[in-house]
Amino acid sequence: MTLAERVLDGDIRAAARLMRDIDDRFKSAIEELKTLYPHTGNAYIIGITGPPGAGKSTLVDQIVAAYRKKDLLVGVIAIDPTSPFSGGAILGDRIRMNRHADDAGVFIRSLATRGALGGLSRSTTDVVNVMDAMGMDVIVIETVGVGQDEVDIVSTAHTTVVVMVPGLGDDIQAIKAGILEIGDVFVVNKADRDGAERTARELTTMLEMKHPDPAGWAPRVLLTEGARGVGIEELVQEFDAHHIYLKESGALQRLIEERNAKLFADSLREELFETVFGAIKGNGKYDEIVAGMRDKSIDPYSAVQEVMAGRAFS
Amino acid sequence: MAERRIRVLVGKPGLDGHDRGAKIIARAFRDAGFEVIYTGLHQTPEQIVSAAIQEDVDLVALSILSGAHNTLLPAVKEIMKEKGAADIVLMAGGVIPEDDIPGLKAAGIAEVFTPGTSTEAIVGWVRDNITPHA
Repeated sequence: MTLAERVLDGDIRAAARLMRDIDDRFKSAIEELKTLYPHTGNAYIIGITGPPGAGKSTLVDQIVAAYRKKDLLVGVIAIDPTSPFSGGAILGDRIRMNRHADDAGVFIRSLATRGALGGLSRSTTDVVNVMDAMGMDVIVIETVGVGQDEVDIVSTAHTTVVVMVPGLGDDIQAIKAGILEIGDVFVVNKADRDGAERTARELTTMLEMKHPDPAGWAPRVLLTEGARGVGIEELVQEFDAHHIYLKESGALQRLIEERNAKLFADSLREELFETVFGAIKGNGKYDEIVAGMRDKSIDPYSAVQEVMAGRAFS
Repeated sequence: MAERRIRVLVGKPGLDGHDRGAKIIARAFRDAGFEVIYTGLHQTPEQIVSAAIQEDVDLVALSILSGAHNTLLPAVKEIMKEKGAADIVLMAGGVIPEDDIPGLKAAGIAEVFTPGTSTEAIVGWVRDNITPHA
């Protein structure tokens, strides 16, 4: 049996291995993903993002517990940064959620960013597809701790949750562009701390300025204490409400189509680059160009045009 | 075509709360270019093996300072076998008497490092003995 067939058969080790093949960019993984693709599209995908230390992993742990109480199967993808120096990584999100490790209804996978800058790893969408094909009802993606501009999660998740904590800055921070624009749900975690109400008020004010459309989804700000499980029930209810909104408004279909289009464009970009770059490295053209730029006989822009002219796509 | 990156689970089974050693090892592995899944304190053998399978690691490195190594380490290996994951290498470190090491190795623990071992020696052992799954 192929890995993909074993995945569809419920083989956990096969799923784990396939995720690794995807992460390590094995060509064979593409074939397996082809087999799985028709079996995807059933899972509800939640993205959790926010700055380092906001309590994302602890919230994910509680969200997993809440969905398990409803008897739903839950997949988790937790992303942590790769060292730019050694290429190694310490993936520590499991510390907060490993109590679910031996629950057969939960599958948790840690991924390293491996140089990707948008808050996810390059492999994330494909790993989501594997979990989806495994039959997970809900998939929770925890991004790397983000700053202001890592917004890839929006094109991957159905519901994006931005987790903030009190005391990160004044209300000007809240009207800047970036991650504060992408939330479908906002959470002020560690709500037992001073200033939580104020942070929630500032976020609410920011959101009220942005959303005049009465028919659209109006993101709300919820208060939670992840470590004690306070506010989790309301949070999961909000996910349900957003999921229903997405389905009834047709927005879910649009999201799925955007995600498909992005997956296609990303795959095409990579395949084209690898093919063309491989070809010019193989036939000596690449060395020629590098040498040409050295003695200024060619500029990089003309070199690209020359390479492209050598292949007909039209 | 990319290459396999070594993935290691570092964790602490049982009840002792001393994780300095485990953290130093995790850091040394990170600096060696490995991807380390750090599961933290108080893990049961079942949780460790399930996590190792889900993460598709090549190696499980456990730190034990409680004295329960003769129980916990063979238990982890047994559960690996039960779950069809006996190919994942199990290694341990901690305050483990020399006299116990032959018995642990007979139970399938590939290597045991005792206090005073340098991180270089441990990373070197991993490089020499761990071939990532094909």
